Amino acid sequence: MLEFQHVSKQFGAFTAVEELNLSIPENEIFGLLGGNGAGKTTTFRMLLRLIDQTKGTISWKGERISYDSSHLIGYLPEERGLYPKMKVKEQLIYLGKLRGMKKSEVEKEITSWLDRFKVPEYLDKKVEELSKGNQQKIQFIASVIHKPELLILDEPFSGLDPVNVEVLKEAVLDLKKAGTTILFSSHRMEHVEELCEHLCILHKGKAVVSGNLKEIKRSYGKKNIRIDADFDLSFLKNVEGVLRLKQGMNHSVVQIENEQASQTILGELASKGFVRKFELEEPSLNDIFIEKVGAAYE
Amino acid sequence: MNKFFIVLSQTYLNRLKSKAFIITTVITLLMIFLITNISTIINTFDSSEADRVGVIDTGSYYSPLEKQINMMNADIVLEKFDGTEEEAEKAIEEGEFDSYLVLEENEAEEPSGVYKAETVAEQVTPQVLEAALQQMKSTFAAEKAGVTQEQLNQIDQPVQFEKVALEKGAKTEDELNQARVFVYVLLFVIYFSVIFYGNMVAVEVATEKSSRVMEILISSVSPVKQMFGKILGIALLGLTQYAIIIASGYLFMQMQEDSLTETGFLSFLDFSNISASLIVYAIVFFMLGYLLYATILAMVGSLVSRAEEVQQMIMPVQLLIIVAFFIAMFGLSTPSATFVTISSYIPFFSPVVMFLRVGMLSIPFWEVALSLALLVGAIVLFGIMGAKVYRGGVLMYGKSSSLKDIGKALKLSKREQ
Repeated sequence: MLEFQHVSKQFGAFTAVEELNLSIPENEIFGLLGGNGAGKTTTFRMLLRLIDQTKGTISWKGERISYDSSHLIGYLPEERGLYPKMKVKEQLIYLGKLRGMKKSEVEKEITSWLDRFKVPEYLDKKVEELSKGNQQKIQFIASVIHKPELLILDEPFSGLDPVNVEVLKEAVLDLKKAGTTILFSSHRMEHVEELCEHLCILHKGKAVVSGNLKEIKRSYGKKNIRIDADFDLSFLKNVEGVLRLKQGMNHSVVQIENEQASQTILGELASKGFVRKFELEEPSLNDIFIEKVGAAYE
Repeated sequence: MNKFFIVLSQTYLNRLKSKAFIITTVITLLMIFLITNISTIINTFDSSEADRVGVIDTGSYYSPLEKQINMMNADIVLEKFDGTEEEAEKAIEEGEFDSYLVLEENEAEEPSGVYKAETVAEQVTPQVLEAALQQMKSTFAAEKAGVTQEQLNQIDQPVQFEKVALEKGAKTEDELNQARVFVYVLLFVIYFSVIFYGNMVAVEVATEKSSRVMEILISSVSPVKQMFGKILGIALLGLTQYAIIIASGYLFMQMQEDSLTETGFLSFLDFSNISASLIVYAIVFFMLGYLLYATILAMVGSLVSRAEEVQQMIMPVQLLIIVAFFIAMFGLSTPSATFVTISSYIPFFSPVVMFLRVGMLSIPFWEVALSLALLVGAIVLFGIMGAKVYRGGVLMYGKSSSLKDIGKALKLSKREQ
């Protein structure tokens, strides 16, 4: 169990993280959501003890993380970077050794990871010769090569093309299967919806939503209706129970207060004209995020 | 393996394999080879051509001059020329002579000469000729006055003048001369090493920070281990380089047949009178000086956001070393000056200045011990502060960096629990 209890961080007068309480079960993927400056990176840095929290306690399996446990922890920082002049192999051996591995173990792991990412030819290349996306793969390998118990990924998918995002997602899911506890941050809702069971949305250092993804959605109450009709839907704004209307080219999305409202709308629509599609759906995480944070992100 | 040693060996081996290291070592070796073999090299280029000087003698000075020149063992071949000056000039044009000398007897019945050559930029030959003539003149004058050659030699004999230090344990003149050269050489070595290897530490840290690999590193190794792993890794690199240089310098000298070190121009490198304790002090001050500056430079390096800013940031630190160096240079001739004494206790200056005082004066041990203690204290202080700044500094990225960031970095790394 990874636990944050009443954790706060002040930088002078500025509060980066305020009263954060999280319990993350082992062998789970936990998502930390938030816009820029929400406090995600600060939270990770406190967890890794790169900086100290002003208040509160953080523990992994009941203990404070320290340099003695660094072989149990994997970290992919948001600021990507490797030694530009060093070869991929040397680099990973060095970083692996620093995480308590033997050279021979690292070599074995490097080969299997490079094969997995279908880039075995990078072994003897200098990092500066690789593209940004491929450097990121190497850095991901660096963070997992020592088979950590707890893996912290700060914006792991940013800057990757869709194919590589899939490759990386698969790797993350496999690590979870192998028993790794994964904590990751993102501002891309779809990644979080896809990977996480539990999540926390941070806004200006405060946890605005926290818990199980399904429960969060259920308790949110509001639903969406996806409508595809041959006539103008603007009149729906005035129907009771409708919160928002987003009209698009092919279909429109109506946000409603609760399930009951959908039936009223259905009745209204039937009298207006031809309806091709009428679908009641769960709210997206994006909707929740926008409402909680009060501003659209991306 | 301990992570400290992983960082140390990585820094050391990585630098050892680098082109920069190999190139600087090779260039230095070449220079040492040139210096130790310089007389051989000069001889190979020089021995082929002796200057040929035609002599038009209107008096009877040719043969004494020739005798004198031969005695002086100069690279000059004299040849009597029985023509006019015009003919001599023609002979020079045709390459028969390099220059010619007109010897005459002046009113005082003494030898005088006019030296003519295409250019008078060449200095050695006319100087030798002039000296030879001067010698002849003295001899003639002495003979005329009835002074014998022996009496003349006696007059020429330099006076005996010896300096004796009264203070007990003070250095004798011989010791002092050798010590002066030794200290002088060592001052350069310390100065150069601190600048060169200290910068290497700063650049190493700044590169890691600017390439952003730092955050991975500090999440696996504590900043203290990382910083000192680097500092000592580079120190080891420096020692390796010096070992290579000293060993091959010694070898080159051994290869020299003409015992250059005893009579040749490298004879100043004779350190046989240098006491073992001075050598120990040299090593101690050298290592401590490096440690102090490397710690400060690592700290400064951790504040830099971009590798290009390193130079600008380490400038103030370098200035300190330069000031120390100038105090020491000044102190070479006046080692007992008050401000030399004072600055030999200031940690930034003491590695060079106290070493100078130890080498030149005989100062009580407690003074050295006090200076060393202050120096070690400063290293510990900067080590602790450096590690804190390092811890915070590596997480800070700003538009531009300045030494004011030290405060910010310290705040960031503050332990609050």
